[in-house]
Amino acid sequence: MSGNRSIRVTAGILLAVAIAALVGPWISPHDYATTNLENILSAPALSNMHLFGTDDLGRDLFVRTMLGIRVTLLVAIVASLVSLVIGVTYGAIAGFVGGRVDAAMMRFVDTLYALPFIFFVILLMVAFERNFLLIFVAIGAINWLDMARIVRGQTLSLREREFVEAARLTGVSTLRIVFRHIAPNLVGIVVVYVTLTIPQAILVESFLSFLGLGIQEPQTSLGALVDAGVKHMEGASWSLLIPATLLALILLCFNFLGDGLRDFFDARHPS
Amino acid sequence: MLRYTLLRILGAIPTLLLVIALAFLMVHAAPGGPFDDERALPADVEANIAAAYHLDEPLPQQFLRYMSGLLQGDLGPSYRYRDYTVAELIGTAFPYSLKLGALAMALALLLGVTAGTVAALRQGTALDKVVMGFSMTGISIPVFVIAPVLVLFLAVKLQWLPAGWSGTTGMSRYLLPVITLALPQIAYIARLTRASMIDVLSRDFIRTAYAQGLGTVTVVRVHALKPAMLPVLSYMGPAIAAILTGSVVVEEIFGIPGLGQFFVRGALNRDYTLVLGIVVFYASLIVFLNLLVDILYGAIDPRVRYQ
Repeated sequence: MSGNRSIRVTAGILLAVAIAALVGPWISPHDYATTNLENILSAPALSNMHLFGTDDLGRDLFVRTMLGIRVTLLVAIVASLVSLVIGVTYGAIAGFVGGRVDAAMMRFVDTLYALPFIFFVILLMVAFERNFLLIFVAIGAINWLDMARIVRGQTLSLREREFVEAARLTGVSTLRIVFRHIAPNLVGIVVVYVTLTIPQAILVESFLSFLGLGIQEPQTSLGALVDAGVKHMEGASWSLLIPATLLALILLCFNFLGDGLRDFFDARHPS
Repeated sequence: MLRYTLLRILGAIPTLLLVIALAFLMVHAAPGGPFDDERALPADVEANIAAAYHLDEPLPQQFLRYMSGLLQGDLGPSYRYRDYTVAELIGTAFPYSLKLGALAMALALLLGVTAGTVAALRQGTALDKVVMGFSMTGISIPVFVIAPVLVLFLAVKLQWLPAGWSGTTGMSRYLLPVITLALPQIAYIARLTRASMIDVLSRDFIRTAYAQGLGTVTVVRVHALKPAMLPVLSYMGPAIAAILTGSVVVEEIFGIPGLGQFFVRGALNRDYTLVLGIVVFYASLIVFLNLLVDILYGAIDPRVRYQ
């Protein structure tokens, strides 16, 4: 698949999913929290507008799934922004300062790479009461390593380029060089890696929710829905397959999108 | 080589200390004590409990006590599984996780390297595209989605394999969990192998080997495989971490009484000492295995020894 087409196709699918998640609950006659014990685990049907069926409390799974997508995407985007801020700042400082500072900072990153972060996130969830904000920050805080490495490498090579040299010679201040000359050249690669960070953040969030450590009832996320689906997969396989497929689709699209963008921005690195 | 090995070992120690301190601090910074949610106890009883678990000491002293216990293999008592120490719980649970993880890793290396090599040799063909498509899917789809879907189709619908753990014996009960755990790693290793194999196959020494009249199999096995394996080897560290993480989910889904299951139970029960013990144990394991990978890397590729 050519880079450009893959970008368009995957971006289109993601947009469609996001729009459905935003509009869906608003169109459906049901809401996400109303239980109906006379209609539990019913199969998807058009007649009663339970498009994805109902769960073990009779709640409408279509609305819950759309809500889950919203939460999943929200967590992913916010967490990616957190990792963007940390990673870019860290990488740019290391790359621009260079020398011993750079060596020490990158050694620290190498050390962090070796850590089982997910266990620390779980620890964090256990130690402090689970809340939305903490999940965002925790997930963002563990995903900045790749970004820091990439940005640092890019900054390091930009720093030596003629136009930066020229700017320095004409007396442009360091701060201005960073913001006017270095930063704009980082945008492409940063966009690529943010796109590749999003599926990782989604993965962590849904992993936590799957274990019952993430989003709390009656709120939900795709991971929590998969977890609920597993419990009833023998009688109500759709309650597992629908959220599982959507989660897989979203992750696949973000990965393909990231790959496509990488090919687009960086012709030297064909995947 | 000896110098390199020693330097690596020295480098691993601060990492390990950092991990333990971080985990310890996190658990102890938690608001509220581990016994809070039980019914209110008289003040003197509470003081006795705190004293018994040394919770009344200042934090640095508790940390030193924990570290000195750790050096003797003592991870403290479990708060919830009364009468058991954390070390005993880890001792009973870890063999299951170890077997699961080791089998998954072996399977991932075997299939991943084979698929990647074949794709590299047939670059651009339909076969290559199939392998790469599978690989992207395998990387994208999380273990906790693959596992239940595989169980649903292979165990519940087709009844080829046992779905659960209890009530079955022998190797068949490991089959589905190991496949589930290995799939994402197979995918990733296949991608890595393909990329580096394509790179290696374009080098001059490979052309020379072909010019000598050697067959493809010999060229790949004798000349190309070793240099092409270096990126795969350096991926082993993250792969080990990913398999440990994945096994938490796999054990939960298949009901395997391994360490991952204890970890999740401990986390949900707020069994601080158990959770802390398992994190410290896993982290040490990962640091140790990373160290092994590093040393192995130095043994295979002499260039890294002198950096």
